[in-house]
Amino acid sequence: MLVLRRRRVAVRLDRRSLVVCAVLAAAVAAVAVLALMTGSYQLGPGQVVSALAGGESGLVHDIVVEWRLPRVAAAVVFGAALGVSGAVFQSMLRNPLADPGIIGFAQGSYTGALIVILVVNGSYLQLVGGALLGGMATAVVVYLLAYRGGARGFRLIIVGIGVSAMLGSINTWLILQADLEQAMAAAAWGAGSLNGVSWGQVVIGGACIAVLLLLAAMLSRPMRQMELGDDAAASHGVRVSPTRLGLIVVGVALTATVTAAAGPIAFISLVAPQIARRLARTAGITLAPAAFAGALLCLAADYIAQHVAPTPLPVGIITVMLGGGYLGWLLFVEARRRL
Amino acid sequence: MTTLALRRDGPGTITAPGPRRRLLGLVAALLALLALLVLSVMIGSTSIAPSAVWDALFHPAADIDQFAIRDYRLPRTVVGLIVGVALGLSGALIQALTRNPLADPGILGVHAGASFAVTVAVGVLGVSDIQGYMWFAFAGALIVTLLVLALGSTRQGQSPVVMVLAGVSVGAVLGGAREALQLTNPAAFDAMRSWNAGSIVGRPLDLVWPILPFLAVALVLALAVSGSLNAMALGDDLAAAQGVRLARTRVLAIIALTLLAGGATALAGPIGFVGLMVPHVARWIVGPHQRWIFAYSILLAPSLLLASDILGRVVMRPGEIPVGIVTAFVGAPVLIVLVRRKKASGL
Repeated sequence: MLVLRRRRVAVRLDRRSLVVCAVLAAAVAAVAVLALMTGSYQLGPGQVVSALAGGESGLVHDIVVEWRLPRVAAAVVFGAALGVSGAVFQSMLRNPLADPGIIGFAQGSYTGALIVILVVNGSYLQLVGGALLGGMATAVVVYLLAYRGGARGFRLIIVGIGVSAMLGSINTWLILQADLEQAMAAAAWGAGSLNGVSWGQVVIGGACIAVLLLLAAMLSRPMRQMELGDDAAASHGVRVSPTRLGLIVVGVALTATVTAAAGPIAFISLVAPQIARRLARTAGITLAPAAFAGALLCLAADYIAQHVAPTPLPVGIITVMLGGGYLGWLLFVEARRRL
Repeated sequence: MTTLALRRDGPGTITAPGPRRRLLGLVAALLALLALLVLSVMIGSTSIAPSAVWDALFHPAADIDQFAIRDYRLPRTVVGLIVGVALGLSGALIQALTRNPLADPGILGVHAGASFAVTVAVGVLGVSDIQGYMWFAFAGALIVTLLVLALGSTRQGQSPVVMVLAGVSVGAVLGGAREALQLTNPAAFDAMRSWNAGSIVGRPLDLVWPILPFLAVALVLALAVSGSLNAMALGDDLAAAQGVRLARTRVLAIIALTLLAGGATALAGPIGFVGLMVPHVARWIVGPHQRWIFAYSILLAPSLLLASDILGRVVMRPGEIPVGIVTAFVGAPVLIVLVRRKKASGL
């Protein structure tokens, strides 16, 4: 355990978490270079690094910085955001199955998107607007329905289950009624994809995410205390209800930012905190390792989806398989270690 | 009247109703189920009088209403009853086992395995009828749950959290593979979007009988472990101190719930909400007592399923909405109203 003190601010760092974060960051950098090299026009690692440093011009510069880098940057930033938003929800609800989907965001945004695609037949911007509106409105409805002299974790979970189930039914019905081609297009959006991500989206999304990550870091201490239970946290001076509302807003906003740019890449928020926790061997959920695990998972999945899969697939499908498979492997190793 | 101060969700303790009130409630639930069974045969695109229903069952004749009853509504009602019982009981088992309110019977890989197997059957092997789907779904569910059980086990036994995460991870891998297969194969996508919705229509009774023995075995297993599950609600250490054999109880309970959820999924497709909701409601009615929760779940779940199915036939006449879509609309408002009461408790 390292403790950094500077006047009134003290930061406590767990040594193993630090090492895990460093290793994950190195892996992110390595996969990023690999992704920048690969494509229909192959480049060497030297060319990529010098293009990033500003040493190349013309075609190589355009390929690396203008075409491939936005996508790589988006995968890293969005992956980190999803990892943290899942960690926030799992810690707050003390439940390893929790993610922002719990509060209905995922189903709500899918409903909004489906209505735009299948009923209104709207543009891409309308699609994004519909998804955000649907997700946010659902989250607000779930929170209000669960609120009764404070929103308790268990009640939030149950109300979330109910509302999500109803929206899921609407989604299934909409998909059933649509004609096949449109339904498949909608399902592809629902899987989440980084196709067509531009620098503009990365910069705006990245700025939002940076602010939200800072807020999450500020809330992380009371969050860890609330893992002990509401009563214990309250007796330590944590204002439980406002803190919980803050955590919900930060977690949902992180997911919403990603959804706006890339569609619902769902599984990262569920699995990244669990992978990070097993790698760092921390007692509870911690934010920084979850962010790095999410970034690596999203980046690697996008590389596989583009370059390894026989036909290009939405990144969401690969994240599910990669994340699920890796979590399964970790559980397997952990079980053998305990023998 | 005993006051059980178990886990609290709100201020005050849980007060479990006495045996007399529990029994009365059980009788009421049974009567409601019977009424729904009758209604399910009577109501449809054309309504049929109770006397005609009686004649169709006991005085068969070549009449169009009688055909509608014998070949269409009766099988559908029987399938609804069986699937409902299986879903309710499997939901009660998984919640007792994992103590996680988010765990539905599909969490250990049943739905993922069944869906994946059916997608492969449709997309790769070209199977196109419900008879073919059924056995693929059942086999997929069983194989995948065994895999999850193996992955989530150590020599000390199974930790519920690890089991659930193992189920999530295996389910994720299969779900991704299934989705990739569907998005590249329009025929498979088309077949799966209706199978995935969950329906009890068009399943002839011949299809039901081979599944029944599996469900019967599962029912016996579930009742046999219910006492041990009661003790395990107090925590593993206390249960072990009371003489409960933890590993054996867990494995038996998992076998039972896999057969139940797998059988239900094979018959009706992945219907998610019933198994999640009904045991919560049952526990809020009777308090933390597994045998009573099981009994109530067995009666309430088919009631929810049949009521939803009847509603699905009526609201868009002559069209129909698949039952898997309606259950959430019938059940979720009830669930939300109940959890907002102070009495509702955690697991």
